[in-house]
Amino acid sequence: MEQEQLKEKIVALLPEAEFMTNKQYLDVIVPANKLHAFVTSLKETNDLKFDYLFCLSGVDWSQYLTVVYHITSSEYGHSIVLKVKTDGRENPEVPSLYDIYATAEFHEREVYDLLGVKFTNHPDLRRIFLEDTWVGYPLRKDYKDEINIIER
Amino acid sequence: MSEEKKVIVELDENPEYIINMGPQHPSTHGVLRFEVSLQGETVKYLIPHCGYIHRGIEKMCESLTYPQIIHLTDRLDYLSAHMNNEAVSLCVEKALDIEVPERVKYIRSILSELNRIASHQLWWCAFGMDLGGLTCFFYGLRDREKILDIFEESCGSRLLHSFVVPGGLMHDVHPNFKQSIRDFIKYFRKKLPEYDTLLTGNVIFQNRTRDLGIMSKETAISYGITGPSARASGFACDIRKVEPYSAYPYIDFKEILYTEGDTFHRYKARMDEMWESMVILEKLLDKMPDGNDYTAKMKPVIKLPEGEYFQRVETARGELGVYIVSDGNKTPYRLKLRTPNFSNLFVMNKLTAGYKIADLVAISGSLDLVIPDIDR
Repeated sequence: MEQEQLKEKIVALLPEAEFMTNKQYLDVIVPANKLHAFVTSLKETNDLKFDYLFCLSGVDWSQYLTVVYHITSSEYGHSIVLKVKTDGRENPEVPSLYDIYATAEFHEREVYDLLGVKFTNHPDLRRIFLEDTWVGYPLRKDYKDEINIIER
Repeated sequence: MSEEKKVIVELDENPEYIINMGPQHPSTHGVLRFEVSLQGETVKYLIPHCGYIHRGIEKMCESLTYPQIIHLTDRLDYLSAHMNNEAVSLCVEKALDIEVPERVKYIRSILSELNRIASHQLWWCAFGMDLGGLTCFFYGLRDREKILDIFEESCGSRLLHSFVVPGGLMHDVHPNFKQSIRDFIKYFRKKLPEYDTLLTGNVIFQNRTRDLGIMSKETAISYGITGPSARASGFACDIRKVEPYSAYPYIDFKEILYTEGDTFHRYKARMDEMWESMVILEKLLDKMPDGNDYTAKMKPVIKLPEGEYFQRVETARGELGVYIVSDGNKTPYRLKLRTPNFSNLFVMNKLTAGYKIADLVAISGSLDLVIPDIDR
């Protein structure tokens, strides 16, 4: 499906969606409180069928964080990028998508571990790589590692 | 000590043991720990614990330039070093709108396919050994040596090549490049049937792998499983077909698909991929243009324009995604690596629950996990 057609379908599903220009994929900015319902409808609408989440990442933008979802349809082959901005960076919260995509459960744990985004309703939100006692979130821009292993 | 002491142990009806498999266990092929709950010999559930070899590659990338990052990507899935290099290079080229010479595209794809065969050979060695057949290891390594010699001749190193760089290749390949690959294909066509005689047709092997750890297509898609493991379940996820890159659009090849999704067919998918890779190699070698251009014109300092770029590449184990967020500097603002093994690992609980502990080794072997790729 072409990007223009996809855009029309998405506006019909979520009128408050904002779009960003990107050469490769269609970027959609989704409000956090609408995310779960919107992704459910993306997966279940018959001519969209976005059933394969191939990348889930987070970016620190100093004022706020974004969680980025790269989703594609295994049947039709069209792809989309969803972005969720968090409310500040003190206590960022985004709803978990573990019940829609099983892989999200573990990618969300990684984002929680390295960026400190709390996924609400997540069944098992623990650090995945670092120790449970680790202080801070390494991928944030203001993270200072005391033994100076990364920065030179 | 004349009196006899009687020790009475009261046994629970269904005692549940928690056993740690790893972090140093030969069949996890690296530092990975499975927390396995057992009832007798049956696995009740399994929790993977990773992070033992977490090096913070994504964080390190934020303070390195793009040509430097190439050398870190080798260390993800060290058995698919070429594809990892290619993924970052393609992403940088996409951001800069650079078209690399045709010959470079062919060389990149040829090296990727060679790397894929080498990786599957090592997997075959290890899988056979996990199931108790030590001879496999000698057969597989004997043939893998021939590919490593080609790499040594053309790239200068055997395992971690760092040969594909943004804009093209590090240097030109050896003049003997085409001939040595043709010789290898001729040699390996004769040797690959030996693998089938030794392992595929073996009754013990078949009994231990058939109808074991069945993964449905829906499970594969939902868990984000990619590579031969997913294609054995019927999920057509080959990035070489879905989003073709380098020289793959120029040639016609088969995507290996099975629908059974059990351990044996995950094995079969990889065996067939080795045959198919040889066909791809021959087609690429026939079409590869002559000449000696190995790089496009690049600026000495690479700065990506502001924006976000994503590149998907098919490695030997599945889909590698590189997501670069650039703010216009010579280092990336954020670089995310979507590695295939990270997603592939977490289906283990679903596949092994209800099977015996010996089957766990067969199932984890058939997923072909490389631990540094999970932890990054």
